[in-house]
Amino acid sequence: MSKEHDKGMSLIVKTITRLTVGLILLYGIYIVLHGHVSPGGGFAGGVIITLSFIHLMLAFGKGVAFKRMSKNMMSLFESFGALFFLGIAVLGFSGGYFFLNVISKGEPFRLFSAGIIPLCNIAICMKVGAGIFAIFVALVLLDLDTDKKE
Amino acid sequence: MIIYLLSFILFCLGIYCILRKRNIIKIIVGIIITEYAVNLFFILSAYRIEGRAPIYSAEAEILNMVDPLPHALVLTSIVIGLATTALLVAIAMRIYEKYGTFDITQIRELKG
Amino acid sequence: MTLLPHIIPLFVVIPLGAAFLLSLLGKKVRALPDIFGFMTTFSLFVLSLFAVCFVNLSGTYVYSVGSWKPPVGISMVLDGLSAFMLVTVNIVAFLIAVYSTSYMNQYTSKWKFYTLFFLMLAGMNGVIITGDLFNLFVFLEIASVASYALVAFGTEKHELEAAFKYAVMSTVGSLFILFGIVLLYSCTSTLNMADMSRCLEGTCNSNITLMVSVLFIMGFGLKAALVPFHAWLPDAHPSAPAPISAMLSGVLIKSLGVYALCRIFFNVIGLTSMISEIFLFIGVLSMVIGVFLAIGQWDLKRLLAYHSISQIGYVILGIGLGTPLGIFGGLFHLFNHSIFKSLLFLNSGAVEYAAGTRNLQQMGGLGKRMPVTGGTSLVASMSIAGIPPFNGFWSKLVIIMAAVEAGRYGYAFWAVLASLLTLASFMKVMKYAFMGSLHERWKEIKEVPFFMKVSMITLAFICIVGGILCFSAYKDMFLQQATNILLAGKKYAIIAFQEMK
Repeated sequence: MSKEHDKGMSLIVKTITRLTVGLILLYGIYIVLHGHVSPGGGFAGGVIITLSFIHLMLAFGKGVAFKRMSKNMMSLFESFGALFFLGIAVLGFSGGYFFLNVISKGEPFRLFSAGIIPLCNIAICMKVGAGIFAIFVALVLLDLDTDKKE
Repeated sequence: MIIYLLSFILFCLGIYCILRKRNIIKIIVGIIITEYAVNLFFILSAYRIEGRAPIYSAEAEILNMVDPLPHALVLTSIVIGLATTALLVAIAMRIYEKYGTFDITQIRELKG
Repeated sequence: MTLLPHIIPLFVVIPLGAAFLLSLLGKKVRALPDIFGFMTTFSLFVLSLFAVCFVNLSGTYVYSVGSWKPPVGISMVLDGLSAFMLVTVNIVAFLIAVYSTSYMNQYTSKWKFYTLFFLMLAGMNGVIITGDLFNLFVFLEIASVASYALVAFGTEKHELEAAFKYAVMSTVGSLFILFGIVLLYSCTSTLNMADMSRCLEGTCNSNITLMVSVLFIMGFGLKAALVPFHAWLPDAHPSAPAPISAMLSGVLIKSLGVYALCRIFFNVIGLTSMISEIFLFIGVLSMVIGVFLAIGQWDLKRLLAYHSISQIGYVILGIGLGTPLGIFGGLFHLFNHSIFKSLLFLNSGAVEYAAGTRNLQQMGGLGKRMPVTGGTSLVASMSIAGIPPFNGFWSKLVIIMAAVEAGRYGYAFWAVLASLLTLASFMKVMKYAFMGSLHERWKEIKEVPFFMKVSMITLAFICIVGGILCFSAYKDMFLQQATNILLAGKKYAIIAFQEMK
């Protein structure tokens, strides 16, 4: 058994997690990319993507999840997502209005359509995903710190 | 009509919980209940009789659509609620660290 | 002329962009937070002056975001009242940013402070500039959530307790506001404020309007800390770091509470005589109770916080009168209060920075060792107490004159009484803190750093010359425009819709 089995939950949980975590991640990405043609979008997809990371963290302990996505990466993603969204909004000035949909709209109900909306979804996904993971980590780690003190 | 009243009762229940309970965590739960009552009311106000979900697709055209705007707004309000709740829980944990209790009758160093 | 309208969204974009850039880079580059803080707030201040010129040149302007025409899309409305509030917020924010470059050195992680500060600023500017009711709620929550975190910034016992109390009460207030917005939406099927005002004219059930009025008074009253809803303010404002106390007391309760209250009740729902009576009653109640509670305080910042409640009472009293003179006085007092109250909080911060205490009984004779702090706080105290020729005198005079003119002699009497009590309580502050003999333990005390002095002196200067704003030439440009918007009442919808075509 490798070292990563020392911490976290039982073997059953770990095996199931290993099977499902990729699927959850993929499903989240699907929801984000199809946000403009079907229900869902950046927020829901971002939450699902984050859930896959939280899933990893619950099953394997915090070490494994942090190897995939460190704290600095998280804050980087969060700020970058917000700046990306703001950048898209400011890009509208080139067309004459704030938040104007400057990119060509394409044909409805296709994946590559609706101008800036898919880009906005990706930006929101980055912001929300990193933000919720940060909240989770902050609350869990704060708890761990208090446990150590007592 | 009755469902509007029920969501209003839920709202009052949440307010009661905030005002009456002494445990910090229960107060936070009260805030969450109140917020969800408002969100529920918002969603209900969008409903039309025999309405369908407002999802366009290439194949079928939906005739009797419910009002889609409140759905988008409720999503925003849920996100705001998430941020507020997370902040409140973080503050509550820090308070427990400093005071060693969740009872608000013992957390009252500021008065006057 | 074609480019000028594009400054309207910049009031939200610039602080948001600065906040996120700081959270991205602030940890790595040490000097960046200070430079950013200075540059961003300064550019916002200049832009707000442009906004005033713009309103004077071409009147109300409705900016449609994403070129979606209202009432479908979100609109941003720049009119006299918005321009007035923008100047008030951004001038205070600029001077506070200058002040915090030195003051915040005693805390760790300055970039976190500036990030939250900019988020709060973006929220406040957004509340002022938006023309859409739900958008107003979103910006209001951005500003509120940032301010909860800023109150808890020190993460000590008292800060956390105050922040929790503030967060719970303010969240309940927000929920009342949201409930009111939902009711209005279900009644009018629109969220654009101008359109909503038009729809409310005939079709709407008057019971719903009544319910919405009650909810909004509770919600925005909680945000503005009017008296039955004031319990969080005396805890929250003193617990925050001094620049944030100045920001909260100076502009946050005004832009989130008073401005939103005025905008909705004057321009959307329409001011009935009953609402006007409620405003007058609540205003006088906050004025008197705030000042009575303030007199007994020995904690300097807590005393100032109670005075904030009292002075907001003046603003609400003036605006609630509904006469041209009353509204003018109320708005004028709003501007003046944001100047002198932020100055007083910055003074208390300077005393805390130098002496490390907020207790008035331990101070004494600080004026000799800290002449700038002592002098500026003397100016601010005289200003808040309403002594001529400082700006507070003129606005209080106008409010009292308006009350007499409207035949409300009782309210005028209470306003005079509250002013006298304010004077008494600030004489106490000056006597215990800055006058008298110097305590042994303060022999080594030093004056605060350069940047803190600069911002305090500038605010004191505005206190002295602020009185000229009520004389004709400046009045027409700045305050009269804002008063006209409130006086127009429900005609606001017509003005806004004309502008769209």
